[in-house]
Amino acid sequence: MTELPIDAVRPGRPGRLAAAAVAGLVLVWLAYTIIVNENLHWDVIVAFLFDSRILNGLLVTIALTVLSMVIGVALGVIAAVMQLSDSPVLRGVAGLYTWFFRGTPLLVQLIFWFNIGLVFPVIGIGVPFGGPMLVEWQANALITPFVAAALGLTINEGAYMAEIVRAGIRSVDPGQREAAEALGMSHRQILRRVVLPQAMRVIIPPTGNQFISMLKTTSMVSVIAGAELLTVAQRIYLGNFEVIALLVVASVWYVVLTTVASVGQHFLEKRFSRGEAGR
Amino acid sequence: MSAMVSVRSVRKRFGSLEVLKGVSLDVPEGGVVCVVGPSGSGKSTLLRCVNRLETIDSGRIRVDGELMGFREVDGRLHLLKPAELCRQRRKIGMVFQRFHLFPHMTALENVMEGPCTVRGLSRERARAQASALLERVGLADRAHHYPAQLSGGQQQRVAIARSLAMEPKVMLFDEPTSALDPELVQEVLGVMRDLATSGITMVVVTHEMGFAREAGDHLVFMDDGMIVEEGPPREVLADPRHERTRAFLGQVL
Repeated sequence: MTELPIDAVRPGRPGRLAAAAVAGLVLVWLAYTIIVNENLHWDVIVAFLFDSRILNGLLVTIALTVLSMVIGVALGVIAAVMQLSDSPVLRGVAGLYTWFFRGTPLLVQLIFWFNIGLVFPVIGIGVPFGGPMLVEWQANALITPFVAAALGLTINEGAYMAEIVRAGIRSVDPGQREAAEALGMSHRQILRRVVLPQAMRVIIPPTGNQFISMLKTTSMVSVIAGAELLTVAQRIYLGNFEVIALLVVASVWYVVLTTVASVGQHFLEKRFSRGEAGR
Repeated sequence: MSAMVSVRSVRKRFGSLEVLKGVSLDVPEGGVVCVVGPSGSGKSTLLRCVNRLETIDSGRIRVDGELMGFREVDGRLHLLKPAELCRQRRKIGMVFQRFHLFPHMTALENVMEGPCTVRGLSRERARAQASALLERVGLADRAHHYPAQLSGGQQQRVAIARSLAMEPKVMLFDEPTSALDPELVQEVLGVMRDLATSGITMVVVTHEMGFAREAGDHLVFMDDGMIVEEGPPREVLADPRHERTRAFLGQVL
């Protein structure tokens, strides 16, 4: 049999070439204006990039993100399972939770938690409905900016995760539940062994997005002086007036964090696509 | 002689549609009963009622002498707790039309899942048992494949092995070959024929009249939520008494 190699001539694409040239030119021009701009103070940016205060703020940002995501995911799973339960009370409580915390701005929630002492000056553990208290704290001492930030971010995140987890659970073929029931598995075993592992495939990508988004959302905490990256940068530029330079420093770190998180997300998604066709 | 599966006057409705209109059926221990009939005749629903994937509106279903889903105390029925229902279901294996293997587990893990999670077997013992079962359905070399990497016939054979791993007393088959490509039907029927001769009690909803004739020892024809005719498979297939049975067999044979 004779081989028939294909060595075809491509048609020219002048339009695409022109568009690429314009886009490249704009990019080079942008880079040029930024690099030669003396108001940017590159020396200040470099000097503050590894400043110990900035690095501390970075740690707080990471801590807030990890803490609020981990507890937020747990809250979300609980709320999602409640929403899918047969009990109208459980469904109602979970529905109220997601409705309220998705319906109010996070910024408002953060300021509210920070000022919770105005509503509840004393917080304690004891008998509800006005009974005696076992332990008591002054709200103002207990609710530090970090605690208020963690509370606000976690509870808000839980409400969003509830929707993500619920969509994940609902995406699992009902036949899977029936097959597990026919084996004699309990509700809890079915959820843990059969439904959640499959729901993960649907839950992981948006959760990764939530994580990446949370890295940046923590900057909202600066309104209550949460001591994270942006708060620290603001404190420094209020002293030395290098506003833009310190915002660039903060931005560099945010980009580093989100890039690392995106790489992590990619590997996590691969891990949970086990058993998919064409693996 | 007490039946392994006893269905008494079972009624079941979905909304305004009554799909079972008083069905009674006895399956003796070791018996192989095939249920045939047009789609929508209620045969799959009947099967799903036996292991209580569907709740029944009236009637009684007993498996191995135990009332399914209820306990009778002083002449009053009490709904079973979920854990007690799980215990009852362990005695009943079920094979679905669309296999429903767990896609995130390999064939071996699918078969090990019930024994490990429900029966509390150690992983070593469950693995040994699962390997033997996969061998029995002719899939020893596919143990570490995921369901998506198996053909429909292979998936269904894994599903049969998964049910057998619970060491059930009764096996229910819900149109086990209907979702398969024609050339894959025989490999599944072969496994079911072997099973039929092993002495396990089987209830098979099927369109495979050849299987019903050779492997079954009782044939039930259902139409419109009722049992229209039943008897030894060869007699019913060769000489149906009822007009509706004749019409149905005329279409499928």
